[in-house]
Amino acid sequence: MKRFFGFVKKEFMHIFRDVRTLIILFGIPAAQILIFGYAVRTDIKNAGIAVLDQSKDEISTGLVSRLESSEFFILKENLVSGDHIDRAFKKGDIKAVLIFENGFGKRLLSEGSARIEIIADGSEPNVANLVTSYTRAIINDYMTDLNKVEAGSFIAVEPEVKMYYNPNLESQYMFVPGVMTIILVLICALMTSVAITREKEFGTMEVLLVSPLKPLQIILGKVTPYFILSLIDVIVVLFLSWLVFDIPIKGSLVLLMLESMLYIMLGLSLGIMISTLSKTMQQAIFISLLGLMLPTIILSGFIFPVEYMPWIYRVLSPVIPPRWFIIIVKDIMIKGTGFTFVWKETLILIFMTLVFIIISTMTFKKRLE
Amino acid sequence: MITSDNISKKFGSITALDGVTLNIGKSELFGLIGPDGAGKTTFFRIVTTLLLPDTGTMTVMGHDTINDYLLLRRNIGYMPGRFSLYQDLSVEENLNFYATVFGTTVKQNYHLIKNIYSHIEPFRKRPAGKLSGGMKQKLALCCALIHAPDLIVLDEPTTGVDAVSRAEFWEMLKALQKEGITILVSTPYMDEAILCDRVALIQKGRILDIDKPATIIAGFGKKMYAVSGKDKYKLIQDLRCDPSVESVNPFGDSVHITFTGDRFDSTIAGKLEKAGHQDLRIKEIEPGIEDVFLELMTVSENDK
Repeated sequence: MKRFFGFVKKEFMHIFRDVRTLIILFGIPAAQILIFGYAVRTDIKNAGIAVLDQSKDEISTGLVSRLESSEFFILKENLVSGDHIDRAFKKGDIKAVLIFENGFGKRLLSEGSARIEIIADGSEPNVANLVTSYTRAIINDYMTDLNKVEAGSFIAVEPEVKMYYNPNLESQYMFVPGVMTIILVLICALMTSVAITREKEFGTMEVLLVSPLKPLQIILGKVTPYFILSLIDVIVVLFLSWLVFDIPIKGSLVLLMLESMLYIMLGLSLGIMISTLSKTMQQAIFISLLGLMLPTIILSGFIFPVEYMPWIYRVLSPVIPPRWFIIIVKDIMIKGTGFTFVWKETLILIFMTLVFIIISTMTFKKRLE
Repeated sequence: MITSDNISKKFGSITALDGVTLNIGKSELFGLIGPDGAGKTTFFRIVTTLLLPDTGTMTVMGHDTINDYLLLRRNIGYMPGRFSLYQDLSVEENLNFYATVFGTTVKQNYHLIKNIYSHIEPFRKRPAGKLSGGMKQKLALCCALIHAPDLIVLDEPTTGVDAVSRAEFWEMLKALQKEGITILVSTPYMDEAILCDRVALIQKGRILDIDKPATIIAGFGKKMYAVSGKDKYKLIQDLRCDPSVESVNPFGDSVHITFTGDRFDSTIAGKLEKAGHQDLRIKEIEPGIEDVFLELMTVSENDK
């Protein structure tokens, strides 16, 4: 045990003496939070919606079928009561709920105006924005057509937009999970794989292998500091987003930290696996960046919603761990859901971690070849 | 201490070791001498359990290097060919780290490294990466010794080190040997070879000869002459063309030659002067270990 702590101490010395490592560890999280504050616009296609039609008249059903026949929306569910809205959102396959008020068509014809409520899923601000503006356009379109038929009288609908989960539609809400996902992969996989291959490259691994340290001790000693520092990074990211952008954590902080630990372990085991595959630091960096960073950014659903990607990306997306972690963080942080809603994603992450650990312990070399 | 029986190792199509058989006794200072790529490092890595041989068996301190590797790793001090310390850690931190990793403390085995460490102690706060070549090697030696191993394996410890530090380094090895430590060392410097108790000459993965340096030199059995002149390059060319000369090897400022059938050709000076060489000097010399090595190398080449 003393050996192990001696090793961990040495590893901390490496980290704290290298300015570049420190920048990657603590500078990049802060920078990314600020940079990604401005999220990227995207397009929607076949977004799921639910309808709560309390009127069920000719005009309301006409509008629903108009929405449905557009290529932008798919009607997923007809709700019967307002109480079901929450459940519908939590299921996660709809982006918005349209609520027609009681006697919608009648009021529209008699008073010339009526109300439609659009409630969009604010945990994905970009999508929510797009969904509401597309809906408005279709409603306006429909009204213009109606006005032509009912010549003489002018009728208008006042769509009232509300955001679920993220009432003010602050786009910062969404990027926090994304930044966390990226930073953790970066630190865990990239830094550990580099730290291990550095020993190989500088020839110190040869000496370590000839020492009584067991391979497992070497690996754990390498990984422990990064586990601790990654956890600190999670706290830094959450604290910064609360301090600068006023983003609260709606769900349980304990659960969020536990899930983060799981994801960190996954990242570390990935890093170990990369280090067993590469001989030099350059190779390790190359594999980590190309194999992890880009897919994380592109395929995780952080910037581009997975649903609107070409099919090949949709097929690849579930394979990459960040995809699942981002859902977990989003659910806990923004939707405030509990473990019962993320257990599936958690299980997937646990499974992936085990696979990586098994692969890396099988490929770790206790000798030089 | 080390018994190597017919050890062979291939890397792809390259044969690094080809049937190496040798025995090294306890507290012996044993040198492995050979040019770059001869297989010295590969042999050391097999001794230190870092590589598995393709064929043959190796036992170190009576333990098999394949099966008992964990046990052996506790009792071997290894200093790889390249600088293998943490450049960003200071002298002291490196030493402490290796002491901790080997489950001991610097204090406990300080008597072993005292003589060596005193050379670098004034720089104990300096990062290892900023030490001079000689000091780096002394620190590496300290780190390899800190757990008081019975065997230390040093892969070209004096390469890239100045002549004074080299001499100091070998004095240290001699002192360690007196403590009962077995030392297996490789070097490309022939002048260091004669400091070993016994040496093995190795080339292309094959052992050419194993014996005491003096015996190896005595076994040369030919008269050797050193020839020097103004234009060394032309001298080598002309000597190589002369049928009475058997071997020609450049050696520092002069050229070492032997004659065919060990018969001194008294006309050699005249022939060379005629060819336009100035400042010619020819004298008989005692062959050194390098001469023997070059001779053995040529013989083994011709065998193939």
